[in-house]
Amino acid sequence: MGKMQCEQTLQGHKGRIWCVSWHPKGNAFASCGEDKTIRIWSMSGNNWTTKTILSDGHKRTIRDVAWSKCGQYLASASFDATTAIWSKTSGEFECNATLEGHENEVKSCSWSNSGSLLATCSRDKSVWIWEVTGDDEFECAAVLNAHSQDVKRVVWHPTKEVLASCSYDNTIKMFAENALDNDWECTATLAGHSSTVWAIDFDAPGDRLVSVSDDCSMKVWRGYAPGNQEGIATPDNETAWKCICTVSGEHSRTIYDVAWCKLSGLIATACGDDAIRVFKEDEETSTKNEPVFLLATSQDKAHMQDVNKVTWNPVQQHQLLSCSDDGTIKIWKYSE
Amino acid sequence: MPTEIENINPSVYTKSKERVVTKDETDENIPDPFDEREVFDLIRNINDPEHPLTLEELHVVQQDLIKVNDKGNTVFINFTPTIPHCSMATLIGLSIRVKLLRSLPPRFKVTVEITPGTHASENAVNKQLADKERVAAALENKHLAEVINQCIALKNVDAA
Repeated sequence: MGKMQCEQTLQGHKGRIWCVSWHPKGNAFASCGEDKTIRIWSMSGNNWTTKTILSDGHKRTIRDVAWSKCGQYLASASFDATTAIWSKTSGEFECNATLEGHENEVKSCSWSNSGSLLATCSRDKSVWIWEVTGDDEFECAAVLNAHSQDVKRVVWHPTKEVLASCSYDNTIKMFAENALDNDWECTATLAGHSSTVWAIDFDAPGDRLVSVSDDCSMKVWRGYAPGNQEGIATPDNETAWKCICTVSGEHSRTIYDVAWCKLSGLIATACGDDAIRVFKEDEETSTKNEPVFLLATSQDKAHMQDVNKVTWNPVQQHQLLSCSDDGTIKIWKYSE
Repeated sequence: MPTEIENINPSVYTKSKERVVTKDETDENIPDPFDEREVFDLIRNINDPEHPLTLEELHVVQQDLIKVNDKGNTVFINFTPTIPHCSMATLIGLSIRVKLLRSLPPRFKVTVEITPGTHASENAVNKQLADKERVAAALENKHLAEVINQCIALKNVDAA
């Protein structure tokens, strides 16, 4: 069994904290919440402290923050229907662009691995793909209306320009650019959850996707490319995604977030029952098409209220960041 | 506020008697966990969005449809819309949620659902009320927040 140890508890935001996001170097992170501010944290001595507060970018709750892979840009998605792009080109963080277009609350934002694309999604049921056309210049490349309800999260594939989104309509969808006409289109719909899918994350190679839901279950999906050995049908010559594992009975309330560590392969979940759980793939019983994920540890009462987000440090293995409705951020060390 | 009243003649029920405060409850040294009656008292005087009546008088909320687990930090409430097509159902549910959000300690997980079988879009309303992100966004809407505050305001309480 694994073990979680809380290294530090951080306060600063007023009220609910929706998101924490590691800088790609793993030595700083950003946080945001209902107080409409973004805080940038880094180490000074042995303690994490707020280095900068960005408070003039949004008029309503900031739901999500995401760093570009180069670490130069920070995007923030807000209930005020805009996405702000922050950069440090002048030495201080400044809001250099505001992306408008969504009809209402923006729920999530994500940068592609190359850094040339940014995706946003909204309660208006749409997913937008923005192309970075120059310093602080963005052009809308696609408006995707495949979901029938509120879109909760967008996440890019770790290497390819493939976008995954999940929704209040209980499905996950995959999007890619059609090579023939350069139009973005939905290439797969992953149906299986019986309620809102709150979060998704790819594994390191991007062959598998994990999803968590209001139905209190976690599912692992595998992509089968055309011509796969298993003989899984691939309609329209697109990768087909199949659910290959469902973990149920481990969470007692809505699961709000999931993080698949690219370094260790561990999966962490953030739950409405105040707990953080870590799952490990069982090497002995897992097979490629039927993996088994076992609960490695459950940190009950990790926070005083719902846990909204968990994220693994991209550089330092086994370091986990979480935030909660209780207004705190915690830094955890996982050990085997 | 609605311009047309949907349910013109709702059934009106009598109010329950005031809670009898026992001696133990006034003793600060005895732990006094939250119970169904206490939670009922918090929400019974919420005003109906359409009628100058409380949710208790319309039997929208009833003590029997409340479950409280003080140790487990959970509160579960069923509410019963006056008619199966009531368009106010979400608003009533939100008012109950907001009232309890403000009154109960933050450790409580509050679930507000329509009494099974009493509303045409029961599942859709329940899903919306359970989605804390959408509830949070709704409460940032000034107009909606005002309407909810009006429902919650205790204007119909009899002068004690």
